[in-house]
Amino acid sequence: MRNVDILIIGGGPAGLAAAISAYEAGCRDILILEREENLGGILKQCIHNGFGLHTFKEELTGPEYAQRYIDKVLEYGIPAQCDTMVINITPDKVVTAVSRGAGLEHFKAKSIILAMGCRERPRGSLGTPGWRCSGIYTAGTAQKFTNLKGLMPGKRVVILGSGDIGLIMARRMTFLGAKVLACVELMPYSAGLKRNIVQCLDDYGIPLLLSHTVVDIAGRERLEGVTVAEVDPKTLKPIPGTEQYFECDTLLLSVGLIPENELSTMAGVKISPATNGAEVNENLETSVEGIFSCGNVLHVHDLVDYVSEESAKAGANAYKYVQGQLSREEDTLEVENGFGVSGAVPQHISKDLNEPITIMFRPRGVFKDAQVCIDVGDVQVATKKSRILTPGEMVTLKFSPEYLRKNTNADKITVRVEAQQS
Amino acid sequence: MMDVIIIGGGVVGCGVARELSRYKLNIALLEKTDDISNGQSKANTAIIHGGYDAKPGTLKAKFNVLGNKMYDKVCEELDVPHKRNTSLVVSFGPDGHAELEKLLQQGIENGVPGLSIIGQDELRRREPNIGSTAYEALLVETGGIVCPYEMTQAYAENAAMNGVTFYRQAEVTGIEKVEGGWKVISKAGTFTAKAVVNCAGLYSDVINNMVSEDKISIVPRRGEYYIVDKKYADAFHASIFQLPTKMGKGILVTPTVDGTVLLGPTAEDIDDKTDTRTTAEGLAKVLKFASLTWEHIPMRNFITTYSGLRAHCDRNDFVLGEAPDAPMFFNAAGVESPGLTSAPAIAQYLAEMIADKLSANKNENFNPIRKGIPKFREMNDEQRARAISINPDYAKVVCRCETVTEAEIREAIRRPVGARSVDGVKRRTRAGMGRCQAGFCTPRTVEILCEELHISPLEVTKFGGNSKYIESYLFEKGDNENA
Repeated sequence: MRNVDILIIGGGPAGLAAAISAYEAGCRDILILEREENLGGILKQCIHNGFGLHTFKEELTGPEYAQRYIDKVLEYGIPAQCDTMVINITPDKVVTAVSRGAGLEHFKAKSIILAMGCRERPRGSLGTPGWRCSGIYTAGTAQKFTNLKGLMPGKRVVILGSGDIGLIMARRMTFLGAKVLACVELMPYSAGLKRNIVQCLDDYGIPLLLSHTVVDIAGRERLEGVTVAEVDPKTLKPIPGTEQYFECDTLLLSVGLIPENELSTMAGVKISPATNGAEVNENLETSVEGIFSCGNVLHVHDLVDYVSEESAKAGANAYKYVQGQLSREEDTLEVENGFGVSGAVPQHISKDLNEPITIMFRPRGVFKDAQVCIDVGDVQVATKKSRILTPGEMVTLKFSPEYLRKNTNADKITVRVEAQQS
Repeated sequence: MMDVIIIGGGVVGCGVARELSRYKLNIALLEKTDDISNGQSKANTAIIHGGYDAKPGTLKAKFNVLGNKMYDKVCEELDVPHKRNTSLVVSFGPDGHAELEKLLQQGIENGVPGLSIIGQDELRRREPNIGSTAYEALLVETGGIVCPYEMTQAYAENAAMNGVTFYRQAEVTGIEKVEGGWKVISKAGTFTAKAVVNCAGLYSDVINNMVSEDKISIVPRRGEYYIVDKKYADAFHASIFQLPTKMGKGILVTPTVDGTVLLGPTAEDIDDKTDTRTTAEGLAKVLKFASLTWEHIPMRNFITTYSGLRAHCDRNDFVLGEAPDAPMFFNAAGVESPGLTSAPAIAQYLAEMIADKLSANKNENFNPIRKGIPKFREMNDEQRARAISINPDYAKVVCRCETVTEAEIREAIRRPVGARSVDGVKRRTRAGMGRCQAGFCTPRTVEILCEELHISPLEVTKFGGNSKYIESYLFEKGDNENA
């Protein structure tokens, strides 16, 4: 059994930022465990640009963004053990990992940071009828084939779902000589960033079919085509008579991401049904004392810059915990998702909060000329105006300790949107 | 001339192969597709049926009850996970009592042990999550669950260990009578053998009708299914059938040996023996009926849907034994549900009959024991450490959802009658069968298949034929390797 102060599970953007920040706070006993052969996580395959605008005021590619953090980790000499898969975590923070080099190892950590990222929802979870042929990939799998393996999955492409990876892959497949016929989105709005819709679809004349879905998949062996139909925006059910057939050999799915929390569950960490990630307090500490969660395993972010920012907090807090300087208040207020709000993080805020924190959430729909409000109990304590809110872009709110003083009898905090839904 | 040619690599064909390998015989099995267990045996309800359901006096009734009794021994010898989790046939209202009583009597007549009718309290004690209108149930203590493709692979591996030769992509296109036996013309070559066994599932009519005037006809009966995430492994303990009503035969809700929950099947007679599509109507029907048993089906936790075709024979029963006008041509035709349950008994029955007719001697070297691929996910830490020290590929988890390691995937390809495709790997190891449905592990599985089979990624398929993953290289081959 090896002892370690802070054990970080995952060497992607979240784990790297957490490690650096814990080091900078003074911790000298950190270990990163990464399952792949190299650090960097999913950024390794994100060879497009657009990363780092907030953090570095520069436009970097995914690998370049990751490299800045990897360089820091190397400079600080933070140990990172790659090719190592964590297979169990106990509530008392014993971690079991396996690797080719070291076999099966146990680690006893004072604090653990969960930074495992997320995975993509597959076709099976949608129940789309039709053949179960080859040629259907999640967008991230296709991205791995093209960007890391140099392999082209197909030449005529339809994309189901308009998440960011799907949008990015529409452009990538076009660059690589494929014809992308359409991007089909069930909802009346895209789940991706506006800039990706413009730069990845509009610029290449790829139609975005909102309120549409794939209703049938043709092809006994390899995919031959998909039938797309319009859906009723209220019921999301296909409208008969609106079917159109697209002949294609490739269907890419970008229908949502699921935080990968199997290990968190083993550790006894409580999972929020709203985010599918851990429930955390303002310190990003989970329901298990000393276990923190950050990045996409906590909730799916829109920009990696915010992942880094959040994870840095988790790293610093984990070190405070190791030093016995992090108070864990059992007396907390729950953060409730009000109208138009989904998956607000953190879920719990201490009544004795003493410094400002951020609350993040995704709007549950598109709202124009909207106002986001925070209520403490039934007292509205803050508002933030926004010209437009969309589910593709996360909303970040500052929450100051003084808000709590405006209503000391409150039993909850509510985040909500005031606007006409468009 | 060979002794026996078996046509069809499903659970019955592989079972017959294994049982025949107990004798000193020269045996080959011909499978049409690129893999065994690729038809009915890969997509069914995975149940060991009690045997109350089939009409008394039918072959279905007889072999169901016999097969059920054989499962514990066969699974032990072949290291196949199975579980006697019991079955329940649930009525949803008081007027079902007479029908339950009828099933009970029919079961007793078929010789099924351990049947009883249980009331509301006992039903809810056993199954706290059962729907609110569930009224009473027939308890079938001998009911169980098994993984059908693992069963088929185990039979095949054990048969191969004991000397049976397997030919894949060996569709039979003609059978002719020759002196002392049969000439079987296949896409993998022409064979002659003293005996032929027809285990061709959906195509068992085509094969039979090539040699016999006693024609049969198989109608593909499609069933559609949902699989629910392992998170709900404990939702139900028994396999829960619904008492058939005027509204339909009802839909089953059952745990699987792998920890998922299966909902289905529908029953729809179709024309096309290859049409394994799922349909919006079929899937909707599954949910509608299953929700009687399970009122709060977790709709966001489906991991996949599939459909399977049952080989429904126009004679409404199995067709077993030597064809009346074709000596030494043996049928295991029209084997649909309860075919999986009956398979061990059918295999033994046919093997004994054929061995007897060929006056075959016992194979003294026959080894009934086959071991499954050691599963990393089922090991304790000590076993894991040891497995890794012997084979470091056990430390490389490829499928994160099901915790399947590179060692298991390589072994699945290297074994006798090993995997040749991504789906072949999936059925042998569960890599790609979990909640992300192969999103993460596909690229790595493709690479391992290339390494083991010495093929290029352009040749790797999902399930043979043109089910390819990769259309082209993005770079010249040389550049690609440096990239």
